[in-house]
Amino acid sequence: MEARGVWRLALPLGIAQLLFFAAPLLLLAGTSFSTDENLTQTSLRAWREVVGDTFHIQSAINTLRLGALAVCATALLAVPLALLHLAAGPVLRRIILIAAVLPLLTSVVVRTFSWIVILGREGLINTTLMGLGLTSAPIALLQTEHGLVLALTQIEMPLMLLPLIAALARIDPALLDASASLGGSLFRTLRRVVLPLALPGLLAGATLVFASATTAFISQGVIGGGRLNYLPALVWQNAMVVFDWPLAAAMALTLMASVLMVAGLLSLLGRGARHA
Amino acid sequence: MHRFSGGDKALALLIMALAALALLVLVGPVLVVLITSFTTSQALRFPPPGLTLRWYQELFDPVRSAQIHRAAGNSLLVATLTAIAATALATGAALAIARSRAGWARFAEGAFMAPLVLPGIAFGLAALMFFSWLHLPPSLWLLVAGHAMIAGPFALRTIGASAAGLDPALLESSAALGASPWRTFRRVVLPLIMPGVAAGAFLAFVSSLDNVPVSLFLSSAQTDMLPIRLWGMMETALDVRVAAASGVLVAVAFTLLLVMDRAVGLVRRMSA
Repeated sequence: MEARGVWRLALPLGIAQLLFFAAPLLLLAGTSFSTDENLTQTSLRAWREVVGDTFHIQSAINTLRLGALAVCATALLAVPLALLHLAAGPVLRRIILIAAVLPLLTSVVVRTFSWIVILGREGLINTTLMGLGLTSAPIALLQTEHGLVLALTQIEMPLMLLPLIAALARIDPALLDASASLGGSLFRTLRRVVLPLALPGLLAGATLVFASATTAFISQGVIGGGRLNYLPALVWQNAMVVFDWPLAAAMALTLMASVLMVAGLLSLLGRGARHA
Repeated sequence: MHRFSGGDKALALLIMALAALALLVLVGPVLVVLITSFTTSQALRFPPPGLTLRWYQELFDPVRSAQIHRAAGNSLLVATLTAIAATALATGAALAIARSRAGWARFAEGAFMAPLVLPGIAFGLAALMFFSWLHLPPSLWLLVAGHAMIAGPFALRTIGASAAGLDPALLESSAALGASPWRTFRRVVLPLIMPGVAAGAFLAFVSSLDNVPVSLFLSSAQTDMLPIRLWGMMETALDVRVAAASGVLVAVAFTLLLVMDRAVGLVRRMSA
């Protein structure tokens, strides 16, 4: 297997991706600028409806806000857990890794279902609060934004945790010892040595969590729903119930453009931090 | 971690407390679902008033749960075919990228990983439009094609990491000794990257089995998929069989995780 001509090995995946990934997305874009799903005539009707309707704009804002909240919540818990992993012995390290990987291997439907049981009127949180006498009536957690963010914190945390652990694993332990022996406090060591090195992992995790939380159709619908509307549900309704494919396409592209913009911003941030 | 002063102690305590909370949030729901699957209650009360195997019996009843069984069969078949397709495609691409330092390789790697970040729901809708534009009726093959695009990056990541560790000298000496490229691949390359290939195939399989956004648009009454069926059961009347099905899925995932970790160091590969 000489290095010359080795590119041919990448050809099958490249062709498959052009055919089954790029071509459909191109058609999606074409449909959004069309009067109907058969691309009979070009029209800006779908895009006018997305941009000109406050309900659609609000749904887009809700979706981006949800992604941002999910990123913050997962980072708040995953960074300390990744630090514990860095400091832990082999047994605890293994426990942390298995705890991170197991939810990733169980279906998102299962993870969503478990949060119905936890957040429901007769669920774990309400029975605990009422048992402790902290509240007399069950509080509404399902169909609320904070309930959804809480659920997404677990559902998406592995996507934040694994890149963080991978980034921290590259830190030379001698560096930590050096910082400590030079009189650096734990706070200083974390701020000046550990966190800068963890930043690429944090940004990679943030991108994955944001992309996953904003497109999490089932969790958004089953746990969040209620009064807040999110783009994936609107995409689905317009495509499968209303059969307005141009509008569904324009909304799907709005979601895609927002995710790509955030991913691009995070990657710029990473580049900026490296040069600083 | 090190010698702590007063302020350090408070910070270390805060980190420990948040880390413990993170572990609880990660693992707690998995335990809650397992316990709920044994509940005697018709409602999803937690903790359950009593324990029974009733929901598992109903779940495994071939008549009453025929639709779930068919969806599970479809999902397993599609996941197997997806894993084979994604692994074969990703192995070729991983070897090409690992053996080349040219600019196209970096670009191709980025393009191949793109499905990981692009919203699945947008791609699912795009795939539906594409296949209906081609006048292709719903079938399991279309689901395999769609799932393979999403599963590709998972396979490529672990196989790519293995391929990057290949020693070029080994390949050159195999060629110098007169082995054909195919023989070199079979006898030298494949055995060396096998653990990465196996881990990649497993992750591609799981990604297909759990896929929602593509199945949401491409599955139909005849090609029902398990996650979509379970979602339907969750949305309409809350059916406690979902808990039993979740229990089965958690048990299978946990067993496979331990087996694959022992065989090919899955956990290490996923955190590197």
